Amino acid sequence: MENESGRNYWAANIRLVTVLLLIWAFVSYGMGILLRPALEGIKVGGVDLGFWMAQQGSIYVFIVLIFVYAVMMNGLDRQYNVEEE
Amino acid sequence: MDLKTMTYLVVGATFALYIGIAFWARAGSTGEFYAAGRGIHPVANGMATAADWMSAASFISMAGLIAFQGYEGAKFLMGWTGGYVLLALLLAPYLRKFGKFTVPEFIGDRFYSNMARFVAIICLITISITYVIGQMRGVGVAFSRFLEVDVATGLFTGMGIVFLYAVLGGMKGITYTQIAQYCVLITAYTIPAIFISMNLTGTPVPQLGLIGNYQDAGIPLMEKINQTITELGFKQYDGPVRSQLDMTLYTLSLMIGTAGLPHVIIRFFTVPKVSDARWSAGWALVFIALLYTVAPAVGAMARLNVTTTIWPNGVQEAPIEYAAVPQWFKTWEKTGLLKFEDKNNDGKIQFYNDKSDAMTTLAGERGWSGNELVKFDRDIMVLANPEIAGLPNWVIALVAAGGLAAALSTAAGLLLAISSSISHDLLKGILMPNITEGTELLAARIAMAGAIGVAGYFGLNPPGFAAQVVALAFGLAASSIFPALMMGIFSKRINSHGAILGMIAGIGVTLAYIFAYKGMFFIKGTAIFPASTPEYWIMGVSPEAFGAIGALVNFVVAYFVSMATAAPPKEIQDLVESIRVPRGAGAATGH
Repeated sequence: MENESGRNYWAANIRLVTVLLLIWAFVSYGMGILLRPALEGIKVGGVDLGFWMAQQGSIYVFIVLIFVYAVMMNGLDRQYNVEEE
Repeated sequence: MDLKTMTYLVVGATFALYIGIAFWARAGSTGEFYAAGRGIHPVANGMATAADWMSAASFISMAGLIAFQGYEGAKFLMGWTGGYVLLALLLAPYLRKFGKFTVPEFIGDRFYSNMARFVAIICLITISITYVIGQMRGVGVAFSRFLEVDVATGLFTGMGIVFLYAVLGGMKGITYTQIAQYCVLITAYTIPAIFISMNLTGTPVPQLGLIGNYQDAGIPLMEKINQTITELGFKQYDGPVRSQLDMTLYTLSLMIGTAGLPHVIIRFFTVPKVSDARWSAGWALVFIALLYTVAPAVGAMARLNVTTTIWPNGVQEAPIEYAAVPQWFKTWEKTGLLKFEDKNNDGKIQFYNDKSDAMTTLAGERGWSGNELVKFDRDIMVLANPEIAGLPNWVIALVAAGGLAAALSTAAGLLLAISSSISHDLLKGILMPNITEGTELLAARIAMAGAIGVAGYFGLNPPGFAAQVVALAFGLAASSIFPALMMGIFSKRINSHGAILGMIAGIGVTLAYIFAYKGMFFIKGTAIFPASTPEYWIMGVSPEAFGAIGALVNFVVAYFVSMATAAPPKEIQDLVESIRVPRGAGAATGH
């Protein structure tokens, strides 16, 4: 790991995790709680968007985030040739 | 067939299944006992993790909490699922690569200090014991309500079952049992929800029912709920929250706490590879979401069903006569969870919010003397759900088996975390490093049996603070274990002094804040503030929401102390390098 490829692998990992965690925070704390009053007018069926994100939507996004992470990280492992034998 | 016979049959069948698995999946080595031989398929581990995670609280209490809190109940939904994103992205793959058996072992090795390991053991045991008491209580209560035996008999039966598969099989036995328990609990949870969603909204998918239309009136379900409860003086179901800051911190504390719970983390040690740990976290959340996205629908619909049962034609007409209440009302009155008091002696049940000013006027006009449904335990929302919706007996029996599965599966996971930290960390790691594998395995089994005994004792004699332990368990996990693990992986610079002082500072401020409102060690009369209510909370932040602040304190203290002292030795920095790359994980499993 004390080489350029190792450092690049770790930097790519940190970038990926940062982006995914920004989305994680935005859908839950952002849309579900803090921005809810601003989103009042947008409806999902019979409830407002903020309510739906807080009680349903954020959970679906969480699932997608973990699977995206798994696919992309397993890809990075192969790209940098550090996957398990 | 009558309900009692049916319940005995269904619960008996599930128990027979668990015992069968116990004998089939016996553990022969410490590797099998602690980590199921690291041979569990990621999807299977995801299912086991879901059962491990979803406790009596998730199964029995959560929907009821949401039913009464409305929108704000989302803090439990997001908090108890969002933690899996942190776990998957920040901890699970790296801890799997590290390739050891327990959480304190990682903390001890990474921070090259038995002191750090010891602090982690204390946190782990405190978290897990407080958590397991609630599960044991849940087992006893489920037995006594559904099978009409006393709490002690129920508890001993539950302890006996857990003893069989956890002591014999360790992690291996627990894993396969948890998979079976997941299937039982998810079926038991979703079947009543599907029926109720069909009744109210005409769609069999509860997630769609929640945002659908109320069939009888052709208006959105949410509008119908709001109408029904606001005319009784209750808060609007989807109304705004008291404090966005408190809700945010509360949710964050539950998320960080979830990611730091040792009994969940160790489940990811059981998969064969690092890439499997990544997949497995995703599968775990899929299986958890099957319940967690149904729960808000169950909560909302139960709230409506209960209210319209008592006020069949709204507040303008008379409420139901006590003599005419449905059977479930009488059944649950007997358990003490539901209580009617005819304050104005008119034989009708006036159920309304008597603390609302608008209602006081109306009550005066109509001759009401206060809310007459004097006790309405939230747990009824799930437990009595099938009865309220008029579903057949086999569904009610299934709910009993589901509640037991949820409590037993979580109890087993917690007991394993406790026993492995005693036999592997305390005994083998610190006190008697030279014992053989056979002796360690025996010690693990004895520790497991001891932990079951302790959990059973507290289940029978619950300490007065039983209701407060959720705040304590999540606060501790958030403020101690999660930051230590994360810094151990993502920083090479954090050293033993930083980690130890960080953990102690994090736990310290969190406990101080909880105790200031709830009493020193939860002893009545020792609290600093007169009550744990919003007007006394600093900036409106509740004690349950403080774990996130504790975690922040941990990070800050660990950083500055580490920067002021020497960097960790070279071999520790190499260890961090090695856990960051998946290659070589197979070799580490030999231990």
